[in-house]
Amino acid sequence: MNRFAGMETSQHWRLKQQRYSLVGEVCPHCTSKIFPPRDICPDCGEDARDIYQFSGRGEVYSHTTVYQAPSGHTENAPYPVAIVRLEEGPLVTAQLTDLGSEPVEIGTPVEMVTRKLGADGERGMLVYGYKFRPAVAER
Amino acid sequence: MKENADTVVVAGVGIMPVGEHWELSLRHLALEAISAAQSDAGGIRPQALYVANMLAPALSGQSHLGALLADFAGMRGVEASTIEAAGASGGVAVRHAYLALKSGAIDVALVLGVEKVTDKASGQVQAALATGTDSEYEAIQGITLNAQAALLMQRYLFEHDAPKDSLAGFSLTAHQNAVSNPNAMFRKAIKPEQYANSPIISEPLNTFDVAPLADGAAALVLARASALPDGHDLPRVLIAGSATATSALAVHDRPDPLTLAAAKQSAGEAMLQAALSPEDIGLFELHDSFSIFGALSLEAAGFADRGRGWKLAQNGDISLTGDIPIATFGGSKARGDPGAATGIYQLAEATLQLQGRANQNQVSDAAIAMTQCLGGSGATASTHILRRAN
Repeated sequence: MNRFAGMETSQHWRLKQQRYSLVGEVCPHCTSKIFPPRDICPDCGEDARDIYQFSGRGEVYSHTTVYQAPSGHTENAPYPVAIVRLEEGPLVTAQLTDLGSEPVEIGTPVEMVTRKLGADGERGMLVYGYKFRPAVAER
Repeated sequence: MKENADTVVVAGVGIMPVGEHWELSLRHLALEAISAAQSDAGGIRPQALYVANMLAPALSGQSHLGALLADFAGMRGVEASTIEAAGASGGVAVRHAYLALKSGAIDVALVLGVEKVTDKASGQVQAALATGTDSEYEAIQGITLNAQAALLMQRYLFEHDAPKDSLAGFSLTAHQNAVSNPNAMFRKAIKPEQYANSPIISEPLNTFDVAPLADGAAALVLARASALPDGHDLPRVLIAGSATATSALAVHDRPDPLTLAAAKQSAGEAMLQAALSPEDIGLFELHDSFSIFGALSLEAAGFADRGRGWKLAQNGDISLTGDIPIATFGGSKARGDPGAATGIYQLAEATLQLQGRANQNQVSDAAIAMTQCLGGSGATASTHILRRAN
């Protein structure tokens, strides 16, 4: 079967907390918020395994559109992608979705939603994960 | 720099044209480059082969290139393996060969960069390249290297209040320099209007901001000065600095995505080893797989302040006669982007410059050259400084 993004079911399964609910970590030493989770704080180098639930709110740091999609994503192309600055600090790479008529700009407030990222072929497993949409309160 | 027994010399170079080599397989591309380099070096026998390659497992269904290519190129028996660091593989392979030569464990090394990409369709190539990003947090979102470059360019133009066409000079210069390079893929100069009107790949990135990935192979024979045969009469080019550094793999994990931290660190270390500063460098073969990397690399290496790299592309500073020539044979943009082989092409071209063998592409009085290749969107950077012996 043609695996989505070349990843097996078990690989997606291990990432479910991050993917579905934006769960990261907080460093008990320097209080840095960490996403994606990485167990060693990138800021102070100490162990950081305390679970932290991100709010899902942030703003667009940069954005563009993918027209020449990699295999697995071609049926969704073109699609907008962004780097989002979460309000807790970290940057995250994600697709944008539910865009209205207003153009996305650097600084546009966005919020996380769970959406389908792709599928393992026509009848295979659906892969879900976070995307970001313009913040509802701002629309 | 004084030449000692352990000084590492570029004894020979071999360069295949970058392009669509439908008639050549990966092994035949490699053989052509290896043979050319060995012939250039006067036939000295290497004791080790370092292969820089990223895409053969995904696009040719072939790994284990060390044994394959050592055998195929008539070197059966020598120590051989692949070095992979995405687009930085070439420089990193040279770094490994340099360390082995410096240590005295070997006297002569062959470093090959090879990439065969045209057998597969674009979507498969984009997906294979995207495995060089963070697959769980970047590639999964449908991000490509093109999209990452676009994200960085968008932010760069915004933060530095730079005009839409501010990076055009990188593409124009590369195409101008490729006109007289017989190994270049696009030997045609372009006009500013062509840049301004070219199709968008991922806004604000247009066709002329992106280097064309194609088939290529280049090779270097590196040797300890003490191992060169008496008959070796090419002008001596020495490796005066060699450094590899890494940064966060994912762009979003970097404190400031517009600072290429690995490029900055490796350039700094290489210059420290050679006891040089940016104003001593006569030409800089930087990694221009995207025009935005041209600007960011000039800033990281200290040729421009943060946010000012694009200015050097506006006023001719990066042309063959400018203060800091780049892409002197067309760079990845117009010579063609040979993927993991990029670093080998850069070092081969810089060697030709310092030996006075660059013909119409010659930078006059070139005595010191710096090369730097990047992996992915700059997560790995490998920098080398070459110097003409006095």
